[in-house]
Amino acid sequence: MPIAETRNTNPKNLISGATGDWEVIIGLEVHAQVLSASKLFSGASTEFGGEPNDHVSLVDAAMPGMLPVINEECVKQAVRTGLGLKAKINHRSVFARKNYFYPDLPQGYQISQFDQPIIGEGEIIVEVGPDRQGEFEEIRVGVERLHLEQDAGKSLHDQHPTMSYVDLNRSGVALMEIVSKPDMRSSEEAKAYINKVRTILRYLGTSDADMEKGNLRADVNVSVRRPGEPFGIRSEIKNVNSLRFAGQAIDYEARRQIGVLEDGGVVDQETRLFDPAKGETRSMRSKEEAHDYRYFPDPDLLPLEFDDAFVEALKADLPELPDEKRERFQSDFGLSAYDTDILVSDRAIADYFEAVADGRDAKQAANWVINDLLGHLKKAGETIETTPVSAAQLGALLDLQSEDVISGKIAKDVFEIMFSEGGDPRDIVEARGLTQVTDTGAIEKLVDEVIAANADKVAQVAEKPSMIGWFVGQVMKASQGKANPQAVNKLLKDKLGLD
Amino acid sequence: MSVDSNTVKRVAHLARIKVSDEEAEALKGELNTILGFVEQLGEVDVEGVAPMTSVMPMAMKKRADVVNDGGKADDIVGNAPAAEDHYFQVPKVVE
Repeated sequence: MPIAETRNTNPKNLISGATGDWEVIIGLEVHAQVLSASKLFSGASTEFGGEPNDHVSLVDAAMPGMLPVINEECVKQAVRTGLGLKAKINHRSVFARKNYFYPDLPQGYQISQFDQPIIGEGEIIVEVGPDRQGEFEEIRVGVERLHLEQDAGKSLHDQHPTMSYVDLNRSGVALMEIVSKPDMRSSEEAKAYINKVRTILRYLGTSDADMEKGNLRADVNVSVRRPGEPFGIRSEIKNVNSLRFAGQAIDYEARRQIGVLEDGGVVDQETRLFDPAKGETRSMRSKEEAHDYRYFPDPDLLPLEFDDAFVEALKADLPELPDEKRERFQSDFGLSAYDTDILVSDRAIADYFEAVADGRDAKQAANWVINDLLGHLKKAGETIETTPVSAAQLGALLDLQSEDVISGKIAKDVFEIMFSEGGDPRDIVEARGLTQVTDTGAIEKLVDEVIAANADKVAQVAEKPSMIGWFVGQVMKASQGKANPQAVNKLLKDKLGLD
Repeated sequence: MSVDSNTVKRVAHLARIKVSDEEAEALKGELNTILGFVEQLGEVDVEGVAPMTSVMPMAMKKRADVVNDGGKADDIVGNAPAAEDHYFQVPKVVE
């Protein structure tokens, strides 16, 4: 079946070779671990880690006579994900055996879905960027399908000189494989796509999508062609487990294929492995024969069927998704595209922001969350989940500022204290005597002192009124930041004879 | 449909079953007999008939998402030819 062309060639995505321009075509298979307490077909725990073979039932170890029974929650999670991807929900799907031999696959086959997956075609809107101008480009990436399948066990090769060690704790854990259409045209787009899939899964609560734990992995299909020509022959890069590696693998592989073609060669359709240490891909010829998977319907499992009511009930409980949240933040709060993209990138950040913005100035709340909170979290190696400053506390800090109890400068200092030592901003301000000086008499005294000590500058300011900023700075400094800047400004203008 | 001895050997290799040339020849005969028997089904006209998945019309049985199994690593590796610290030991497999 020919693959439909959905994108127009964008010159900025082209790669120039020795003999002209090339366009890279990328499709992705993302494997996400389903968030569930127990495995897809057994009652053993899915918990990460654990003692070797401790989270394993006789079903997961493929003992003779054991039969798989599907976990209904995993089915619901797949349907929720399908709804989140605006995809077709198949009310009837079939599990099939994908046969291959490997020591960490005790059944000798993976239970997967083949020609009748649980979820059909959908679409993901992906924001690519920001570019140097701070602009995002919106692209649409088609979803071909989503299916449920079992994870395999884990082999350790460094425990013994001649033996590999096999732990089946992951064996049988439910995975969702999300297959995209070949709709991406640069490594930037592919990375943004993976990121968006991760965000959607985390919003839905259907996968924690943690790449570091291996809960989100991608296989990358890459081919190159001359702009406007039919798709070229692709290679598949297996098990890329970070965004950075995905980008490196694609860029390397595109360059490699262009090199082969420009030398008059032919790209092999093959499986390749990305080597992060060398930043290159290499052929995995040993896997080629194993590609003969001899799929057939699993006779242990009836077709998976559900009705409309089942889907509608899940739809009714779906949370607000990132695209809808983005739209609402922009229209209700008037936030920029840049700010909204950061805030909606993580559901926990969006929730935090909304709690701070509730009843307050949204733009100001966004600035504090993005510049101060997220900046500090990143520097401290913390996340929004482990933030030492709660949304209520940050909100209270904003209130102190809007009530003119403290100045903006002092607010930043109080935030530093809240972040490093903890505590309620009102208590901190009170205990440390940081309350803004609004007593005009006290400020006037400071203003007079600064003017008296800087006669030369006073002469200049008459010529150059913008120099008032320097005076404001000096008075603020003299007050240790506690003077109300508006009051200082007004007094200075009066005394210096500016309007 | 029938298989030749090369196909028999390839399928055996995919399943990691060691089959000698003589055995492959013998298996070829047996498999072709089975395939020939199954092929008789092709005589039935099933145009427009959905594949039957169960004799009784029944829905797939489902489990609730509760952890009620595991914690039996001794049993899991109990029959393994080689094990250490509850890991299975297998001949080294590295890509």
